[in-house]
Amino acid sequence: MANDLFVFIETNPDGTAKNAGLELLNPGAGLAREQGGALAAVVIGCNVDTAVQSAGRYGAEKIYVIDGPEYRQYTTDAYVNAMCRLLEEERPSTVLIGATPNGRDMGPRISCRLKTGLTADCTQLAIDPETKKVVWTRPAFGGNLMANILCPEHLPQIGTVRPGVFKKAERQEPFNVQILPKDIHISPAEIRTQVLEFITEAAGELVDLEGAEIIVSGGRGLGCAEGFALIQQLADVLGGTVGASRAAVDAGWISHAHQVGQTGKTVGPKLYIACGISGAIQHAAGMSSSKTIVAINRDPEAPIFHIADYGIVGDLHAVIPVLVEEIKKLKN
Amino acid sequence: MNILVCAKQVPDTTEIRIDPVKHTLIRDGVPSILNPFDSYALEMALRIRDSVGGRVTVLSMGPAQAKNMLRECLSVGADKAWLCTDRVFGGSDTLATSFILSSAVKALEEREGKFDLILCGKQAIDGDTAQVGPEIAEHLGYPQVTYAVEIAAGDGSVTVKREAENGWEQILVKTPCLITATKPAFDLRFPTLKGKMNARKAEIPHLTNEELHLDVSRTGLKGSPTKVKSTFTPPVKEGGVIIQEDSDEQSARRAVAQLSTAHII
Repeated sequence: MANDLFVFIETNPDGTAKNAGLELLNPGAGLAREQGGALAAVVIGCNVDTAVQSAGRYGAEKIYVIDGPEYRQYTTDAYVNAMCRLLEEERPSTVLIGATPNGRDMGPRISCRLKTGLTADCTQLAIDPETKKVVWTRPAFGGNLMANILCPEHLPQIGTVRPGVFKKAERQEPFNVQILPKDIHISPAEIRTQVLEFITEAAGELVDLEGAEIIVSGGRGLGCAEGFALIQQLADVLGGTVGASRAAVDAGWISHAHQVGQTGKTVGPKLYIACGISGAIQHAAGMSSSKTIVAINRDPEAPIFHIADYGIVGDLHAVIPVLVEEIKKLKN
Repeated sequence: MNILVCAKQVPDTTEIRIDPVKHTLIRDGVPSILNPFDSYALEMALRIRDSVGGRVTVLSMGPAQAKNMLRECLSVGADKAWLCTDRVFGGSDTLATSFILSSAVKALEEREGKFDLILCGKQAIDGDTAQVGPEIAEHLGYPQVTYAVEIAAGDGSVTVKREAENGWEQILVKTPCLITATKPAFDLRFPTLKGKMNARKAEIPHLTNEELHLDVSRTGLKGSPTKVKSTFTPPVKEGGVIIQEDSDEQSARRAVAQLSTAHII
């Protein structure tokens, strides 16, 4: 329907929903209400019953389901085709897509095919009171400047939204949810990329920084590769993921998969602990939208303290072991 | 392999200052650099040429001073550089920019032959949109692979190692195709003295709308579905707590107590 707001729900190969989509149902509900339309989830994947249920529990009023073996693993061609066909049939006013690697791969092809506007990696969403259009707010120039973007004359208005910026709504029992299966398929020949294999970083180790709620990052101040053992301990006791600054990655202490910042990942966890990171603008660009930032640094003048909510001035090698010990006590 | 690299000249964001009154960027005195992700794309292209032979052409859209950046690309070994520049291209958003660049690609192909591979940085560090690459691919009808860290050239195809959320995918794709590069394990090579001298003398031809004949309702502000309504500087975080007790141990204990009281841990 013309005023509906669609949220793309990315799924995992096991048919569950990724948080990046579910959390967008929360701001999406408010935007849809102001635009006078329904909040619809678009679930694409293979055997996605679980994801469909989750979309209902987190607030979707309508759920479009595009299910098929060709959607088990993300490919640009299959997903862009499915989204474009759905959007052309249903003509919603607005589409929200999580700014995950796949969301940012897919978004520009969809907007380009539909000849409409796309705003990348938004961190705030609002409705312009006059025009009822979405005001997309996004950082640019490495987070030095924020821009409010409108797509005034084209539909749908599309934006990718930085994961972790919005939190999922309270879970509720789904009420009156309309489930709308869509029979959209693509022949294997039309999928022009072939995923030959998937490589995880090390045996069983996954680095999902974008989806992490807690990140503990290490930088140059660690002094050596072994310093990451300390970071790992703190991450373990908090149930967090290990991140790193570019300096630590360039020094060869840890792989690039862990890097946060302009040439690494952009993250927005609930808690970000920066250990021995000076806080150069390139690092801040990747983590300044974290809800709470804790910094540990020996140098009281380090720029990281300008963006930290809690700044611990001290030697991380002495501070972290005590943090680990105290947090353990707290958790028991 | 005939490779095209799309490159952008960007202000060095580490040097950016913001006018506190007008909330606009102060560009004066800020050095311009080759967008880092485009430099990775260029290095990947040069490595493919080193291993299987071929040609590397660089294309940029921007004002005349972007030629300095293109000379830098030539100095490290690109074979040819083109600048797509016209006043009617100014103010373009990603859709209009990708329309212009894809049209420029077609115009170059008439002069230089078909490109097997088009490489872009995953995003420019000024706009950070990561949209122009995939949109060029869409305009050309090409398959794409984003977030590449390695490219191996095959016969009529390439294998791309793509950074995914929690690992890497090995993706096989037929040429012609478009690939966007993220940070690989290497940086752009340094120029040689001979490279620098050649670059200084090199002719960098322009592609203007006289050559491209584009419908100007699809370029610049007119051709851009997204409009910048306003800009502002992000609010400065205030009220950060500094914890510095007599010893690091005491500081750590106090931090845990405060974080616990605030229900952060």
